[in-house]
Parts: sequence; C-alpha cells; structure tokens
Amino acid sequence: MANHKDFPVIFELSKEGRVGYSLPDLDVPEVDLDQEFSSDYIRSEAPDLPEVSELQIMRHYTALSKRNHGVDSGFYPLGSCTMKYNPKINEDVARIPGLSQIHPYQDERTVQGALALMYDLQTTLAEITGMHEVTLQPAAGAHGEWTGLMMIRAFHEANGDFNRTKVIVPDSAHGTNPASATVAGFEAVTVKSDDRGLVDLEDLKRVVGDDTAALMLTNPNTLGLFEEHILEMAKIVHDAGGRLYYDGANLNAIMGYARPGDMGFDVVHLNLHKTFTGPHGGGGPGSGPVGVTEELAKYLPKPVLTTDGEQYFFDHDRPHSIGRVKPYYGNFGINVRAYTYIRSMGPDGLKQVSENAVLNANYMMRRLEEEYELPFKQHCKHEFVLSGKKQKKLGVRTLDIAKRLLDFGYHPPTIYFPLNVEEALMVEPTETESKETLDEFIDAMIQISNEAKEDPETVQEAPHTTVISRLDETQAARKPVLRYYKDEE
Amino acid sequence: MQHRYIPMTKEDKKSMLETVGVNSTEELFADIPQEVRFKGELNIKPAKDEYELKKELTQLAEQNVNLQSHTSFLGAGVYQHYIPSIVDHVISRSEFYTAYTPYQPEISQGELQAIFEFQTMISELTGMEVSNSSMYDGGTALAEAVNLSAGQTRKKKVLVSKAIHPESLEVIHTYAKGPDLEIVEIDVKDGLTDLDQLKAELDEDTASVVIQYPNFLGQVEPLKEVKELISSQKKTMMLVSSNPLALGYLTPPGDFGADIVVGDAQVFGIPAQYGGPHCGYFATTKKLMRKVPGRLVGQTVDEEGRRGFVLTLQAREQHIRRDKATSNICSNQALNALASSVAMSALGKHGVKEMATLNMKKARYAKKLFEEEGFEVVYKGPFFNEFVIKVNQDVRELNQKLISKGFIGGFDLGRVNEEWNQHLLIAVTEIRTKEEIDQFVKELGDING
Repeated sequence: MANHKDFPVIFELSKEGRVGYSLPDLDVPEVDLDQEFSSDYIRSEAPDLPEVSELQIMRHYTALSKRNHGVDSGFYPLGSCTMKYNPKINEDVARIPGLSQIHPYQDERTVQGALALMYDLQTTLAEITGMHEVTLQPAAGAHGEWTGLMMIRAFHEANGDFNRTKVIVPDSAHGTNPASATVAGFEAVTVKSDDRGLVDLEDLKRVVGDDTAALMLTNPNTLGLFEEHILEMAKIVHDAGGRLYYDGANLNAIMGYARPGDMGFDVVHLNLHKTFTGPHGGGGPGSGPVGVTEELAKYLPKPVLTTDGEQYFFDHDRPHSIGRVKPYYGNFGINVRAYTYIRSMGPDGLKQVSENAVLNANYMMRRLEEEYELPFKQHCKHEFVLSGKKQKKLGVRTLDIAKRLLDFGYHPPTIYFPLNVEEALMVEPTETESKETLDEFIDAMIQISNEAKEDPETVQEAPHTTVISRLDETQAARKPVLRYYKDEE
Repeated sequence: MQHRYIPMTKEDKKSMLETVGVNSTEELFADIPQEVRFKGELNIKPAKDEYELKKELTQLAEQNVNLQSHTSFLGAGVYQHYIPSIVDHVISRSEFYTAYTPYQPEISQGELQAIFEFQTMISELTGMEVSNSSMYDGGTALAEAVNLSAGQTRKKKVLVSKAIHPESLEVIHTYAKGPDLEIVEIDVKDGLTDLDQLKAELDEDTASVVIQYPNFLGQVEPLKEVKELISSQKKTMMLVSSNPLALGYLTPPGDFGADIVVGDAQVFGIPAQYGGPHCGYFATTKKLMRKVPGRLVGQTVDEEGRRGFVLTLQAREQHIRRDKATSNICSNQALNALASSVAMSALGKHGVKEMATLNMKKARYAKKLFEEEGFEVVYKGPFFNEFVIKVNQDVRELNQKLISKGFIGGFDLGRVNEEWNQHLLIAVTEIRTKEEIDQFVKELGDING
C-alpha cells in the first residue's frame, strides 16, 4: 500500500478520463478494424498506463528531476566515468531537424550532410587515437569492446588460428572487459598488478602464450597510472601472436600527449559519452566507436562509411566483416554531440583538456594523501585511487564516507573499485571543475576524516540531508518488486 | 587561450603546480615513454567559436532532406510519430541528462523511479511480468534474448523467422558467433513466417523460436499457432520482437505465452535521428528475472520505511560478476527510456490504443487508395501500419523522383533480397493527413505510370 509520506509514482496520480495527449482527428473514412482480426488478436484489456494531464506529467517529472543529481547540480568526481560538463551547444545542434529528423533508410544522396559529419568524426577520432580506421557503430563502450574482440577473433580465425581462446585482463580492469571477452566466446584470464599498481610484466609473461587472443588494457589504468612498460607489454603480446586491445575509458588523460596507436594497440574503443561530452543521460545512451590498425580494417562491422571524393556512401560489400553489430549506423545523435565538442575544442583545446584534467587530479591527490591512505605514490593521470583503510580502523567504511559526501552536495567518487585496492575511493575531477570546487570538496573530505576520528556516528549514519535515507538493498534483491502494482498488499 | 569549458587560470595553475611539487605539467606526463609521446599537434580542424560552429553545423544539417522538410511514408523499424512537446522539456532537465547511472540511490531517486515507471509501462504493454531498464535498441535486445535462450535451455539451435527486421537478423548472426549457436532461418510465405518449415525444423535441440509481431512486412503473425507449435517441445522458448505501439491494439505477446518480448520504444517520444539512439526494451517472465541482461530497478524502503528505489539483482551484471555476467551491457539508453515514459504517460491507457488505431485506419485508407490506383498490394493478411506494394521500376530511382515532389517514399525491399526488387514497404502513421496520403498515392501513380 502506498504510504502517505511516499513520493507518488505516476500511476498513483491517474484518474479515469484524464488525458495528456493531443492526437489528430480521424480524417479518413472510419473502418471496423475488429472485423479484420480474429478476436484472439484484439487486446481485451487496455494496458494500465496512467491517465494524467499534461501539467501533472510535467510536475511529476520536474519533481523527480529535483530528486536527482547531475553534473549541472554539482561536483561529480566519479572515477572512471569522466563526469565533465556537457556543453549546451551540443544539445542544440543535436536537435536541428536536419540531424534529428532524418531516417536511416533515406537514400544516401539525401543525407550527405549527415554522412559528411560522420566521416569527419571517424577521421578525427582516427587521428586522435593514431588508428588507421574507425567505425562509429557500437552503441556504448562495452558494445565497442565486444565488437573489437570479435574482430580480433575473426583475424585469428582467418589465419587458421583457432586455439586462441584466452583474453588477458588486468586485475584492475573494468568489469565490462572480462564480460565482453565471455560474450565474444573467449575465456578471460587475469594478469596481476605489481606493487606500483602497474601490470606485473613477469606475470604477463607467465599468462601469455599461443592460446592468447588479446590483452585488454586501459592506459592510464583504472588506478589512474600510466602503464610505463607499454612497449614491452606490446612486444610480449605481439611476439606470442596476440593482439592489443585499448579500453578508451581513460583517454581524457592523454589527448595530444600520446596515442594508443603509437603504443602498439591494435584495437581501440572510445567512450564518446565520457571523453567527448556526450551526456551520460542517467545511464545512457552512449557511443563506443572502435578504431583499428590497417591489418584489422577488413574485419570492421558492416556497413563501412566511405567516400569516393564526391559522395559519401556505405560500403556493404565487406566479405571479411564480422557482420552487423547494431541496426542502422550507431548512436548518431550522440556522435553529433561529440563532433560538436571536438570542433569547439580544436587540437590545442583537446590537449589542454588532458593537461588540466591531470593537474586537477594530481592537486587533489596531493592534498588528500595527508588524510587518506594513498596506495600508489607516483604522479597520477586524470584520476587517482585512495584507500579508506585508516578510517575503516575507526569503524567508518568507504561506503559511509561516500554517503556522508552526499550531505555536502557532492556525488561521491567511485567506491570499492578497482578491486585491487582495499576500501577504494576513485576520484576523477575532470578539467571542467574550478580550483574553488576542488578545494571545497577537499575540505569536505578532510572534515569527514576528522569526523571519523571524533564523531564516527555522523559518518556512519549519513546521509542526513537527502530526500531519502539508506535503502534496504537486501530486501530489494530478496523479494524483487520490479514494477508497480495497483493492488499492492 | 582560455576556453569557456576550462576554468583554470594562470594563477590557479601556478599555485596547484606548487602544491603538487612540480615546475610544469610536463613533469606529470614524464612517465609516458618518449618513444610513444605524441609530438606536434593533432591534425584535426581548429576550434571554432560558438556562433560560427552552430552556423556551420546548421548549414551542414540543411543539406539533408528530413522528415520535416518532406512528407514521409518511410518506416521499416523507425517511425515518425507524434511526440508530445513535454517529452523534450523533461529530458532537457539537466538533473536527468547530466547524471550517471544511479549507483547512489539517495541522490538518484528521480532517475530510479522514472525507470521503475518505465519498467511498469513496458510490462503492461507487453503483458510480461518483468521488464529491464532498457537496451541499446530492438536489434541488439533480440540478439541478447537469443543468447539468453541458448544459455537457459543449454541448446544451440535457434529458429529465426526471415520476416523479422533484416538488420536484427544480421545482428543475431553476429552475436551468435560468441556462444557458437546454429541460427536456422525460416522462410517467408505470403508475408508470414512459413509455419510448415518452422514445424519441420523445430526439434528437441531447439533453444528458441524468434518471431516479429507485427513482422517486418507489417503483417500480424499468428502467435497463437506459433505458440502451439513451440509447445510441442518442452524447453523451447518463444522470443517475440514487437513494436510496442501496435500492442495498444493487438493482444500482447505475453498473453500468448512468450518467454521474452523485446523491441524498440522509439515509437514513443524518440526522433528518428538517423537510426540512433533509440530505446531497446527487454521484457520477460519472473522465472527468467535473474538471467536478464542489463540494469533492473527494484522497489524497497529506507530506514524510515519510506518507499524508495534501487538498482537490484546486480549479481547478474558485469561490474559484479565480471566474466560470469549474463551480459556485458553497462551503458544503456536511460534518457531515451525516460523520453518514452513521458510519451507513454501522455498517451495513457486510452491514448495508446487511439494512436495505434489511427495508424491502422490511415494505413488502410492508403492501402485502398493504392489498390484503386491499380497497384498490387502484395500481402493480404491482417496488418498494422505498414503494407507492401509492387511497382514497375527500381525503387531507388522512384524514391528519388518522389523527393523532388516533396515526399520521402517507402522502404526499398530490394535492399533485403532480390526477390523483393520493385517492392515498396509503405508506412502510414497517425500524423499523415488524408490530403498527404491522397497526394502521395497520386504522385506515386504518376511516376509509376
């Protein structure tokens, strides 16, 4: 039963007879549809969608939006997610009818503007990453990972090499890496990190072999550290016949400073919704373009956007292609936003992005290491990982610290990831935050550390100021309620 | 030069470098080996100021024929429908669109609740018990459903109707390579899946049967008979891809005993935008709840007993289970699911049926007109808002002529297979007026001769 103090779900606002729509009148002769169909196929009970007026809908969602925190609401230093500012011109451009109101099956001759934009974006991303060719088709990072791995698989199989069943991932890797390996039909194998937070070369040599299909790597890695031995790693993997996959989640650290293609990577995916300001949208949509070396280009998913110098068109005649990975041509609307961003920044602007993202992270790291354990001491790139070990000894867990940060109006850092750091707090400030914001956040973190010593309950019982307190996640999982029922008991 | 997205001043930089204990930012990049340092400047276009860039991109966009400049009868999986104005106002609230996945529920109740409502609406429309929070699109949702069915039944053979969206069929083939499935395509006969062939291919090794309702040609597949056939095999699952708008009128697949229903909610509040982003949905039974790909929002209570929402059953997902996850999906289409929720809320219980039947009635008017004009309407069965006509020339050239008359013509079925050369799939939605239909049929008649 809905509790009177509960925030209403939209179904609870429903009242028989209200409408929120304005459909055109029937201006063609009436027909009796029910005569055409057997009664088995005519819906007998209407779907129980809400009956609400337009203002009710607007108020409902406006109220919901106020119960949500976005980058525009406040600082969002969520490690590995690159929660930078989402420029408003991007939103305006994506809504121009000539871009938003075009159909994927229009004749290519009628959408040359859109194709020109896509082609320029492909070429630009190839230059930024140092790759030979780029496809814009994958819908998100994980989709790009799977696409890239399928291409590596096709490459090995084309060489008659069917025994390369393993994909190596570091213990610090994003969860999508091993998951994508499985979906692509591989077995994921873990390589350990050393005491400096980098891939352990000896362990890599141990796990690499003639069954290695690929090594997936994020560089800088999820600890925010640059894999200094990348060339040795590339050599180890290539000598064994494997290929190198670059997870582009952390590209924001190195634009204009280094390119995955120059480091020896064979496949690269990018997260346009991270580095290139496609908004995260509360979880999506994203866009995960994939770049490849010349060797792998013939395996790119179908169709491939190309040009003969006069017209842009899709090439469907790709006999070696892994096939189609998505209907149509990728998340075009997100690609438009990313393109607009890149054109707003230019080459020097993108380099400045990485420079400032890295300086912001190092500044925060150095100020916070006095209060929080810093497991890896070297300079970081665009993010860094702290450990809440010291606070844990006082009975305050990293989860508590995260919840306490909510009281200060911040979205907390990523917590308990990467897995190779105990009580991890992963902080990524991005370049779009000012020093004042960083200082205020640092002050809050220091205050919380002091509270852990002097007044741990304040932290343990946080948050105190949010619209709702900590939720019972166990109950949610044990007795799942995944939809609204009118006659709830 | 100072850029408007980057607030760091010279003075900030100086004091921050001091705190870090380095003389320049270069020192922070010293761990990148010299051999891989990029020297020089990226060879990409220089930055443009806001006004100039918007002007350039607007001019680029104006090169495209679009669904506002021309009157469209093109569908084939992507449809131009009425989008209530409020949709864009809601999704433009930056608390929604600039947020990440709601991993911190105390400050993400808005997003979580909106998704919970979306899940409810999809469950209602499809007649299924459970819906997830969204997938990339209908095609990849269907491919994930196929892989799920193989894992669940521990069988490798999947029968897929060739009357499903041809690009979804291609995506199924690509996804099936991972778990090494055998995809058997079932032919189309008289615009419907050939049930005789389906029956012949169906055996105890069959993990699932994939069918689209209404199918790619607009025809309404007889799900009741399909289910009866499938029921002869105890474990074989029925996977249905459905245009959710059609379910405002048609009996939902859940009522026929579908195990998984997927599709694209683009029809509710999402513009065509050249094919993406749209909004895949994935609905299933409680039995399969713990196998579902992607995020699920569940209801629970907070410490004071207030209703609240969290991401739940996360033990299925990649960030927890890594290589044992049920899917690798992470980002989904949350903002588009929100757009669809707003559109579905606006339409409500009765609007969704009214919109569906408007589509059907206008499509029937157009069909009758084509028949009167002497065109052959190829398939005769019950249909939703699309039908196929035969023309006497190459569809691509015919459509090009229609462009000059102000119309975007139907889908060239010859793109799918040669047998369907000179076949045109026409979509008529609720926004097409009688006058537009009359004129379209006349122009097409004139061009066809």
